[in-house]
Amino acid sequence: MTRRGPQGLLISPIRHGTVIDHITAGQALNVLRILGITGTTAEEVSVATNVASGRVGRKDIVKIENRELRKEEVDRIALLAPSATINIIREFEVIEKKGVEHPRELLGVVRCPNPGCITNTAEPARSRFIVVSNGLRCHYCDWLISKEIAEHIL
Amino acid sequence: MRHIISVRDLERREIDGLLDRAGEIEARRFDPDLLAGRILGLFFFEPSTRTRMSFESAMARLGGVSLSMGSVEASSVAKGETLADTIRVVSGYVDAIVLRHPREGAARLASEFASVPVINAGDGAGQHPSQTLLDLYTIRQSMPLDGLRVGLLGDLRYGRTTHSLAIALSLYKAEIAAIAPKGLELPSGIIHELAGRGTVVSEYTAVEEVIDDLDVLYVTRIQRERFPDVASYLDVASSYRITPDLVRCAQPHMIVLHPLPRMDEIDPGVDALPNAKYFEQAHHGVSVRMAMLSEVMG
Repeated sequence: MTRRGPQGLLISPIRHGTVIDHITAGQALNVLRILGITGTTAEEVSVATNVASGRVGRKDIVKIENRELRKEEVDRIALLAPSATINIIREFEVIEKKGVEHPRELLGVVRCPNPGCITNTAEPARSRFIVVSNGLRCHYCDWLISKEIAEHIL
Repeated sequence: MRHIISVRDLERREIDGLLDRAGEIEARRFDPDLLAGRILGLFFFEPSTRTRMSFESAMARLGGVSLSMGSVEASSVAKGETLADTIRVVSGYVDAIVLRHPREGAARLASEFASVPVINAGDGAGQHPSQTLLDLYTIRQSMPLDGLRVGLLGDLRYGRTTHSLAIALSLYKAEIAAIAPKGLELPSGIIHELAGRGTVVSEYTAVEEVIDDLDVLYVTRIQRERFPDVASYLDVASSYRITPDLVRCAQPHMIVLHPLPRMDEIDPGVDALPNAKYFEQAHHGVSVRMAMLSEVMG
């Protein structure tokens, strides 16, 4: 998670909270965005990008003090970083480590990019996407999102 | 409760069952009072002639009656009512709903709010399962559906009938020849989905390259509005025109289908050839829709 190099610790450990490791390189800021963490929110956050990783070549890391993630937040991260691991930290110790899993369907996570889709109207329809081998398929209009999924996350 | 929203929801045995039932109906083996006392609600938020009339005809032939919403302008929709509310209300008036709507996914949404069966009669550029079923039925009248080589011709990018038909044909191990002008090719998402269903898609830009190797040629309209000017439309449209000479290059058993209405894409001289099945295809709409109505209400 953290790495000591010639210049010392890259990012500091946290006492309580969540470390999201093995994020696809370049996606850390999108992960923050979908977690609703902006420059004006109160969370204490550390971000490392393009860190060397034996497992995935280059990776990003996000550490969030005093916050554990809800299931729908983990589902959103899975879309951007399918190889990410979520580490729950208490008193500087990893007490739980888990991978992210693509759920079979996503409710209220992704906005359908099809302007003609019924979910992009005033109808009482919550966004619903089925996870398929090459992306996400809108339950209502069958629109397939196969790339740039981050741009469509609500 | 049984809804018919998309061909993606249908398994092969369900499609075969509906086509078998349509065959029985066409052979006059059906109960003309099967749906006596039942009411079909027709909710067409977009213009339609043949789909609406063939559903009305199908319901009448099964002994039931149809109620139509009428024009959008004269309905509560004009006051801003949501589709969801409209469907919840009319579920109390009718025994099944046939819906055409300009928004993709409208029928799926309606099925979630309806307390009676919903049949999708076309949702925007999305699904139109009764068209696909009557396409399959027409092919099956001429040859078994398994392992066919089917050419899809025309605007394959936006044409919902070709997408639905290709998905359905994948259940029958068809090979698809996608023949389209540049810019109107079959979307890569559909090609990928078909590949995942074990269906090979070959792409062509000219029908002459492949017509001698087809069992079915499914022709669709190339819409003028897809082109920047009339000249470029006419240039492309003329090169995709099916003529009697072209059909004579095909195998004798090849059939020509078209969801209609046609514009210039099939020369009227083709109509008299035994290969031309598009008017029979339109007539099959009634028996296939009778099969669908008896499936959801019978």
